[in-house]
Amino acid sequence: MKINGIEFDENTPEKPDMLSRMERRAFLKLGLAVTGAFAGGTILSLSSIAGRAFASPDAHAKQYPYKPHYSMLIYQNRCIDCERCLEACAKTNHVPKYGYRTAILEREAPKSTGLKREFIPVLCNHCNRPPCVRACPTTATYKNEKNGIVMMESKKCIGCKTCVAACPYNARYFNEERKAVDKCDFCFATRLSKGMKDTACVEACPAKARVFGDLSDPSSEVYRMVHQIEKTVWVIRPETGVAPNVFYTRG
Amino acid sequence: MAENNTKVTQAGSDIRMFWAWQSIVARLTGLGKTFYIWFGISAALLAAGLAAGMHAFFVGYGHIYNVTREVPWGILISTYVSFVVTSTGLCLVSSIGHVFGSREFMPIAKRSVYLSILTIMAGFLVMFFETENPVNMVVYNVLSPNFTSNIWWMGTLYGAYLFFMGIEFVCLQLERHKLATYAGFLGVISGIAAHSNLGAVFGMLTARPFWYGPYMPIYFIASAMMSGCAAIILFTWMASKINREPLEGTMLRAVDVTRQVGILMICVIMFFSAWKIIAGLVGGEAEREAFLALITGPYAFNFWAFEVLAGMVAPLVLYVMSRGTNLNMLVWGSISMIFGIFFMRYDLVVVGQIVPAQFEMGVNEYPGLLSYTPSAHEILVVLGGIGMVGTLFLLGEKIFAAHRVEEHAHEHESRPALEPVQQSE
Repeated sequence: MKINGIEFDENTPEKPDMLSRMERRAFLKLGLAVTGAFAGGTILSLSSIAGRAFASPDAHAKQYPYKPHYSMLIYQNRCIDCERCLEACAKTNHVPKYGYRTAILEREAPKSTGLKREFIPVLCNHCNRPPCVRACPTTATYKNEKNGIVMMESKKCIGCKTCVAACPYNARYFNEERKAVDKCDFCFATRLSKGMKDTACVEACPAKARVFGDLSDPSSEVYRMVHQIEKTVWVIRPETGVAPNVFYTRG
Repeated sequence: MAENNTKVTQAGSDIRMFWAWQSIVARLTGLGKTFYIWFGISAALLAAGLAAGMHAFFVGYGHIYNVTREVPWGILISTYVSFVVTSTGLCLVSSIGHVFGSREFMPIAKRSVYLSILTIMAGFLVMFFETENPVNMVVYNVLSPNFTSNIWWMGTLYGAYLFFMGIEFVCLQLERHKLATYAGFLGVISGIAAHSNLGAVFGMLTARPFWYGPYMPIYFIASAMMSGCAAIILFTWMASKINREPLEGTMLRAVDVTRQVGILMICVIMFFSAWKIIAGLVGGEAEREAFLALITGPYAFNFWAFEVLAGMVAPLVLYVMSRGTNLNMLVWGSISMIFGIFFMRYDLVVVGQIVPAQFEMGVNEYPGLLSYTPSAHEILVVLGGIGMVGTLFLLGEKIFAAHRVEEHAHEHESRPALEPVQQSE
């Protein structure tokens, strides 16, 4: 998919040194993911982190006592880049053409055996330690105490864009119509607060690549997949220490 | 005691006469052509900047500036950093004199305080045209503060800093030297606190490995002192030209000691920068990519020609060789440093963002470095900020007649406080 503002021309595959570095990196990433490690990251199912980082498995729930603790699980291999989720999101949340709340990234490894390409949906990770919330001078962005969603109070936004710079996931953009920074709010304003159970992107996906649920509810698929150690589940950029709530797996 | 009374009342009536309307007008008229030409150029730059900024304000910054969601901070942020860094540096270096008592630094004090106020106001002007909702800033910084936000601390502390520097300047004008010292001290404290928070705005973002670490707040303070020295030398020389007075005596000595502090700070910054780069080159992928962009990639010319050569090496060599007496070398060294430092800030802000957040994912959308070039509007706003410093400096030199009132400052050095007039009758 196209992203505005990126100069592709500078980095065409014709440059041989660029290509080999890219290929090597992509192939290595696929290989490492299969063996269960991730360059710059670790296997990050909550149970393993709970054992390592907290005194008891309950400690995580105590520190992040959101009810429901909204989170998303993404099956990378199921995404076919049909972009229905992008359309549904833009339509439901009035996202202008120059911006996006969620995107689909494409990773290619032409020399790999088997699967040579996959699509990775990305969005706001609603981190447990959100760097945007820490950095915002006016608390225009804040983490909802009840459900853990990182939300925007547009009227307070001064447009300094520190949150945009702080986000490890490029999840935020400045919305000229709202005159404030905008980002995914798990469709809280447009759907969840009106009683609907899923986000627009989850409902629109024909391949069940996105799963939305309550991380504190043992009956939810997100809980089950995150609290097991057989299938690899990971997060993007764990080294930033933000403790995201969007998990990735294949299956 | 009666003698003191006469001196105090004499100074008092001098000051009243000085500030009479006719006296101010007299100081501004009948000046040389060069003065009016430079004033005209500065005013034109300021006007152009204001026009471009207001136009961008109404169109919407996002539609007209070249910043994007991936590179949200551009030349306006780096120019803001340049101005406030110079302001803090002016405050810190001049405080060595009139706050911490080193006599040799005292002659440059008042001009430095004035310039530190000007440069921070220019920084605020540039920031007004950068943040999308500047009015919200004033309202919600007060109503809805976030004490974990470096931006909040920086904004609040710079407000306090401007307040204290303003009080100090007024006190220096009124020759209330003891009060000026206290205000200056509070200005130094708030300046250091504000400035290190500005460094931490960048340094506490874990998402940006080029910036992240404890280094930024410390580097900003050292860098401020370096720029402050250059600014003091340059503006002192410019003032001597404006007032058609040779730069000599205690003023030249003050320039010399400023030069020595400048030499030390250049060495400190060179040391910091070298280790920052060496450590960055053995960092993670994204970090390495950023540092490589700076030293061998698209920003290599900026770095080696402007940052290193113009910003650090040439000033160091010129300052040392001048031995504190060769004005030509001192001035060119300062000009070179200020020019190079502008690019130091630009590279710092931009290179920190050109490695995309998703770089290590190895996706097609982010195969390499992002790019950013300033738009015409942004460049005009930058020139507007420079024009503001120019116009207010030129006006200030004449209105406040700094050199004349400096004489009174020296007279009163041995009596730092103006005692209340004692009625002995």
